[in-house]
Amino acid sequence: MKVPMSWFNDYTDISGVTPKEYNDALTMTGSKVETIESLGADIKNVVTGRILEITDHPDSDHMVICKVDVGDEVLQIVTGAPNVKAGQIVPVAKNDSYLPGGVHIKTGKLRGVESCGMLCSHEELGLSESDLSWTPEYGILILPEDTKVGVDIKDIFGLNENVVEFEITSNRPDCFSVIGLARETAATFKKPFSVKKPKFTENSENIADTLSVTVENPEKCLRYCARMVKNVKIEPSPAWLARRLKASGIRPINNIVDITNYILLEYGQPMHAFDLRHISGEKIVVRNAGDGEIIKTLDEQDRELNHNDLVIADAEKAVAIAGVMGGFNSEIEDDTTTVVFESATFDAVSVRLTAQKAGLRTEASSRYEKGLDPNNTVPAVERACELVEMLGCGENVGGMIDVKGNIKPRTVLDFRPDKINAFLGINISKEEMAGYLKALEFDVDLDTMKITAPSFRPDIEAEADIAEEIARFYGYDKIPTTPISGEATKGYFSPLQKFRKNLANALIAQGMNEIFTFTFTSPAEFDKLELATDSPLRNAVKISNPLGEDTSIMRTTTLSSMLETMSYNYNRKNDTVSLYEISKVFIPTKDGELPDEPEMLTVGMYRKGMDFFDIKGILEAVFDSLNIKGIEFKQLTDNPTFHPGRTAAVTAGGSQIGVVGEIHPSVSDNFDIGVPCYAAEINIADLFACVDGNIKFKPLPKFPAAERDIAVLVDKSVAVGDLRATMVKAAGALLDSIKLFDVYEGDRIPEGKKSVAFAITFRAPDRSLTNDEVNRVFNKIVKDLQYKNDAHLR
Amino acid sequence: MQKIPEDAKAAVYVIPLLPYRCHVEGIPKRPIIKKGKDCDIIMKQQLQEIKKQAEEHLKNACTADALEELRIKYLGKKGELTAILKGMGKLAAEERPVIGAMANEIREFLSGEIDAKKAEIEKLVRDAKLKSEVIDISMPGRKPEIGTSHPITKVLDEFKDAVVGMGFQIMEGPEVETDYYNFEALNIPKNHPARDTQDTFYIDENTVLRTQTSPMQIRVMENTKPPIRIIAPGRVYRSDAVDATHSPIFHQIEGLVVDKGITMADLKGTLETLIRSIYGEHTKVRFRPHHFPFTEPSAETDVCCFNCGGKGCSVCKGEGWIEILGCGMVHPKVLANCGIDPEIYSGFAFGIGLERLVMGRYDINDIRLFFENDVRFLKQF
Repeated sequence: MKVPMSWFNDYTDISGVTPKEYNDALTMTGSKVETIESLGADIKNVVTGRILEITDHPDSDHMVICKVDVGDEVLQIVTGAPNVKAGQIVPVAKNDSYLPGGVHIKTGKLRGVESCGMLCSHEELGLSESDLSWTPEYGILILPEDTKVGVDIKDIFGLNENVVEFEITSNRPDCFSVIGLARETAATFKKPFSVKKPKFTENSENIADTLSVTVENPEKCLRYCARMVKNVKIEPSPAWLARRLKASGIRPINNIVDITNYILLEYGQPMHAFDLRHISGEKIVVRNAGDGEIIKTLDEQDRELNHNDLVIADAEKAVAIAGVMGGFNSEIEDDTTTVVFESATFDAVSVRLTAQKAGLRTEASSRYEKGLDPNNTVPAVERACELVEMLGCGENVGGMIDVKGNIKPRTVLDFRPDKINAFLGINISKEEMAGYLKALEFDVDLDTMKITAPSFRPDIEAEADIAEEIARFYGYDKIPTTPISGEATKGYFSPLQKFRKNLANALIAQGMNEIFTFTFTSPAEFDKLELATDSPLRNAVKISNPLGEDTSIMRTTTLSSMLETMSYNYNRKNDTVSLYEISKVFIPTKDGELPDEPEMLTVGMYRKGMDFFDIKGILEAVFDSLNIKGIEFKQLTDNPTFHPGRTAAVTAGGSQIGVVGEIHPSVSDNFDIGVPCYAAEINIADLFACVDGNIKFKPLPKFPAAERDIAVLVDKSVAVGDLRATMVKAAGALLDSIKLFDVYEGDRIPEGKKSVAFAITFRAPDRSLTNDEVNRVFNKIVKDLQYKNDAHLR
Repeated sequence: MQKIPEDAKAAVYVIPLLPYRCHVEGIPKRPIIKKGKDCDIIMKQQLQEIKKQAEEHLKNACTADALEELRIKYLGKKGELTAILKGMGKLAAEERPVIGAMANEIREFLSGEIDAKKAEIEKLVRDAKLKSEVIDISMPGRKPEIGTSHPITKVLDEFKDAVVGMGFQIMEGPEVETDYYNFEALNIPKNHPARDTQDTFYIDENTVLRTQTSPMQIRVMENTKPPIRIIAPGRVYRSDAVDATHSPIFHQIEGLVVDKGITMADLKGTLETLIRSIYGEHTKVRFRPHHFPFTEPSAETDVCCFNCGGKGCSVCKGEGWIEILGCGMVHPKVLANCGIDPEIYSGFAFGIGLERLVMGRYDINDIRLFFENDVRFLKQF
């Protein structure tokens, strides 16, 4: 909402208030000022001047030399404009003057003749034809003959104006009007506020003799007022009115249309003007549209309506969509002679739904949908008549049609000053509170302790709303700041929250960088991941109104986000990347129920020379540091996203909780990653369930260990993990640790075999082991390896 | 002291004082002292000579090897002092302890001197070695790669730590949310104009991607009896096209306090404390009226522009203030929707846009950087 600041002086007095003061004060009482634009701020030192005489330029055929009286001096100015004549009043940019666009005018010579400034066209002053009440000719702007000389041009065109742009919140339809904002302004500056009752004369006719209004749906049409103007002369509006409209962002059209727009701004009341010629049957019917009824609106679009839409109709056809837009068939034309002003209140939700369905958001509909005051229709239409008379553009027909629908009574609330003081944490008198409320036109009865809210304040519903009004004008800044009183509460992180933080810290310690990715994705990502067509992961939560196909489903796996991120980095030549993310996937459940949102740990890496064991090692290190126990890695050959030979299922207690491995080269290709890359996706809740929170100190060994190395020759297909398992079982209680230190295939090894070497440490907690003891265990290990794994000592 | 006879001097006392060389081979053996009168005097003189000579040699010794040679020459088993002591048998019985004591004294003296000299030389040698070991410390260290938290996590963690210290718990909830929790229960009925400002992604008629973290207010109040002090950070969704300042996915932190006697002054006090713990102790904070359907009174909270200090600049768009959060007293209807009697209880709530907080903190000018995850970006935090 944009309002020229001077307009407020019609209802209150802020003449001494600077734009900065105004901005700060209104912002602090709740009418947030976005900007204050100074019109004409870029015009300096341009005044009106009379051309005294014109002589030819000695050195030019198309330039002339003017002597111009600018009040306190006579200037010689050279111009090339074709339309200047002696005696005319024109805008003169004097020496050292500024024009819009940063143009700086200085005294100079034009073909050897000194020119002490410049005569200006309307374009050079940044004016458009609508700023003038006449059509300017080509060339210098010729001002009316009675214009005074030596006057700042900004005063002539009302360019000394500060236009305030407000951010109006949706609960305050009354503030979508100059009067509403003037009321807030007056209350803010503690100045008197009044709106004059419109005065105008009516002829002896009565509108009721020419027109009838029927409201068929009083639920949706809360009030319908109509007045008539005859002998209308359609003309441009006077400059003052056009200027106010323009400054407020509305393009002036003609006097009648401009009057309706002026009322829209001033009263916040949308109005419509019909040409009576096009109202057939001398009747206006406010009715539900028929299903499939079509109306061509002012913007010349055909709109199909249904029975939920409210229309203004005549005997035959719809002439407007109620509260949204007028019909093309009844618009004001240059030869319109009789006008019907509509000033009505429509149901907010109905207007909103119709406007939404039609994709039409107009100045009118955006006001109606917030809930307008049915009591505003009469003063608004009367003000329109006053303006008609003021502008001399027609004759007001006597009488007004006023059809009332179901109007809600004003809200009455108990006034409990103590409660309000306690709620706000302040301590002011009920009289002070009443003062603030009265300035906003609330009725406060200190005998009955009742507050009646004005009808233009649909937002006032309860005591808290009253408290806000009082707080706004007492001053939010004057409310003290106190710590929370009352019962103390314990702040803490839940065990899962702590775990998540520890997990992140462990990953960071392993050199991983955390990423944040979008949780919605494209169905095409499933193909890029090479998921089977019947993969359950393809069953995703769908967004019904997505921004685009790319972001149309909620992800069921985080891997595609991770791969996209690695691709982004790979294609920006980042050659070492190790990333993690802790975030959700969305798994549909039953219809009508919210999806599950399990949280996943996702890891993604690529760098020169890395392999599967680097990413596995990171996971192992992280698990160790968090005391995550019982995780087993099992060969996984059938996950289509991963390399069939270099991938493991991460399992806990026999069930899979995640996957880690090398990304399948065709998936890497799909994501445009040109190097082998590795990823893991693990369910965080499942990991959390594996945490052994019970750390018990184990005494440091008091007796020496005995070490033995063992190297066995075994079939290539035998897993090291299996060998290890055999050894652990065989070694029993004396085993301290087993470390793999070599796996070899090649030259000196038979085809199809590999050599695997371990370092085994034995130890007893209560004695030094004898050679015999160690040898006995070692031999059992050798035997079991041979027996269970066909692994032979080398 | 007795006088030394002339002949004895000539015959016995002359000990060649060879200039000290590193190798002491070829030093002539001392003449054998014959048993008899005056031999104690001669021995004493010899001892003195040895001491003097050894001192002279020590002074010139400059390597550890040379010192060792000296030690052997004077103190060794076949050394000069030993040689003298071997001749003690020729002394009168009463002279022996005197000469013995003297010899031991000299032995101890010399051995101390040698040790001292040795330490001195070792220090010189070590110093020289250290001098040769100078490195160019301007060369980079061998830095193990340590990872980073995302900047959003970093700031959120600080925030969490601050509120946990103030008695808050941290709650989490679904991102796919019912229309009821996201709107209706928050006093935003269907067709309410406030829904316009939150362009909503719908799953179906009754399910949305939450447009705000505020539904967590309802979920918490439905399940918890006051006193309540929680924050609920998380992702929210609005159908905004991506540009430098808009993202369809971003993060909010919801806060909620409900108890008997909670006032708007408490709201101001709590948020001021919180904001100062994030922005610095002397940050100027401003509360100005605003409108949210689920709080009444409502406020927006600004901090004095950290870039210009309130004068007005491009960061604060000339206003001198930067809006950082929305807040207000929980609307009585919202309390009632959750089964909390607004006549007994009151509360306040706040919602903070996390991205804006982080962008302000680190001078980040494009919200897209958060979700592109270029490692060159990530590693800066």
